[in-house]
Amino acid sequence: MGPITRGFHGRGRGGGDAGRLPPGQYLEKGFPVLSAGPTPHTPLDEWTFEIRGAVDRAISWTWEELLELPAQTPTVDIHCVTKWSKLDTRWKGVSVDTLLGSVSTTARYVLATCDGGYTTNLPLADVTGDRAWIVYEYDGRPLDPEHGGPARLLVPHLYFWKSAKWVRGLTLREQDAPGFWEGYGYHSYGDPWKEQRYQGD
Amino acid sequence: MERTAIPGRLTRREAVWRLATVSALQVESRHAKTIVFDVPDWSGHIAGQHVDLRLTAEDGYQAQRSYSIASPPEEREVAITVDRIPDGEVSPFLNDDLIVGDQLELRGPFGGYFNWSIQDGGPLLLAAGGSGLVPLMAMLRHRQATASSVEAHLLLSTRSPDDVLYRAELSELGAVEGITITQTFTRRPPAGWVGPARRVDREMLTVVGPAPSAAPKIYVCGPTAFVERAAELLVELGHPPAAIRTERFGPTG
Repeated sequence: MGPITRGFHGRGRGGGDAGRLPPGQYLEKGFPVLSAGPTPHTPLDEWTFEIRGAVDRAISWTWEELLELPAQTPTVDIHCVTKWSKLDTRWKGVSVDTLLGSVSTTARYVLATCDGGYTTNLPLADVTGDRAWIVYEYDGRPLDPEHGGPARLLVPHLYFWKSAKWVRGLTLREQDAPGFWEGYGYHSYGDPWKEQRYQGD
Repeated sequence: MERTAIPGRLTRREAVWRLATVSALQVESRHAKTIVFDVPDWSGHIAGQHVDLRLTAEDGYQAQRSYSIASPPEEREVAITVDRIPDGEVSPFLNDDLIVGDQLELRGPFGGYFNWSIQDGGPLLLAAGGSGLVPLMAMLRHRQATASSVEAHLLLSTRSPDDVLYRAELSELGAVEGITITQTFTRRPPAGWVGPARRVDREMLTVVGPAPSAAPKIYVCGPTAFVERAAELLVELGHPPAAIRTERFGPTG
């Protein structure tokens, strides 16, 4: 515990949901938007999702093909490194397991790549086992562009910058290498429960 | 998993919590205050970066928030400006209860992208909505502190004159060679105001300049609606998306 802040009592303990808030997080009812540049707008008829890199052969899906894949509807808590957490967010999308189903690889890491040039790195083990999705609906509606639409990666067990907006592909890699924020001093893994916000945490 | 940190990274100075002492407080607007910290062993920062604050209640409960640094790298002390969110948990405390001499945990600086230093050159196009001015002010102050002649154009959109931070300093900066400041008021312009009184639009951004042909470095900071709109208009005007850096200044209570 840090030194007591004179006069600070705090009232963000999260009430009955306190156990669902990782350290240093507060409960947010809205859905704040964060991104490093302008929101891209790729027409759906030009949109594809590709798995490439250390795979026997690259695979890609068009928008329509993605929608035809079996979908899941995860309801998850999300935790942003800027300190807000939002509980019980409802999504619809395709499990990354489904996309990786026919892929043969020795890779241990992935780099998510996105419209606008954003990237983020994750261990392959963290996007498999029904723990990660390519989602295209939020709260029963098509995902807004400012929240990453038409589709974003959803990896709720890591800080939300790992849930890359405007995702267009996963590059499988034998070696890990930092993505966008990871290259600017944010933690390489980003476990909110271990409060891995920045390098050195 | 081999996630045990690389030894060199464990000792990264930025990640260490330091006990900072409030050395000055300054009222900036009807609902915002600048807090100046004396931070022991501060390693310096780049304009545009932020710090994290951590507050601890008597029962051990902790709250953290991120705040952009308002002061330039040339100053030894670290200043932030905090907008008071009425139903917030931390910002009312910082605005209403903090006094000089209080100590808070602080760490940073963080954020390596929404940065500008004179070596990056210009021209600069800075677009601020409300308290999104804070990190952009650090850039303008850095320009001043280094006597740089980089051309800098600031667009500041606020609801009313009461929401304008650093008012006196802005009018001084507006008179500096190489700096232009364009203000717009979206709800209640001051009496006798002849300038723009509307949300940011294409014409406004064209007037602010510089044109895409001058390849400005663009920084947009403010609430989401402002940032989305300004960034989209800038792309429409022909600025390359990669030249437009955005940061949201959402209300963090």
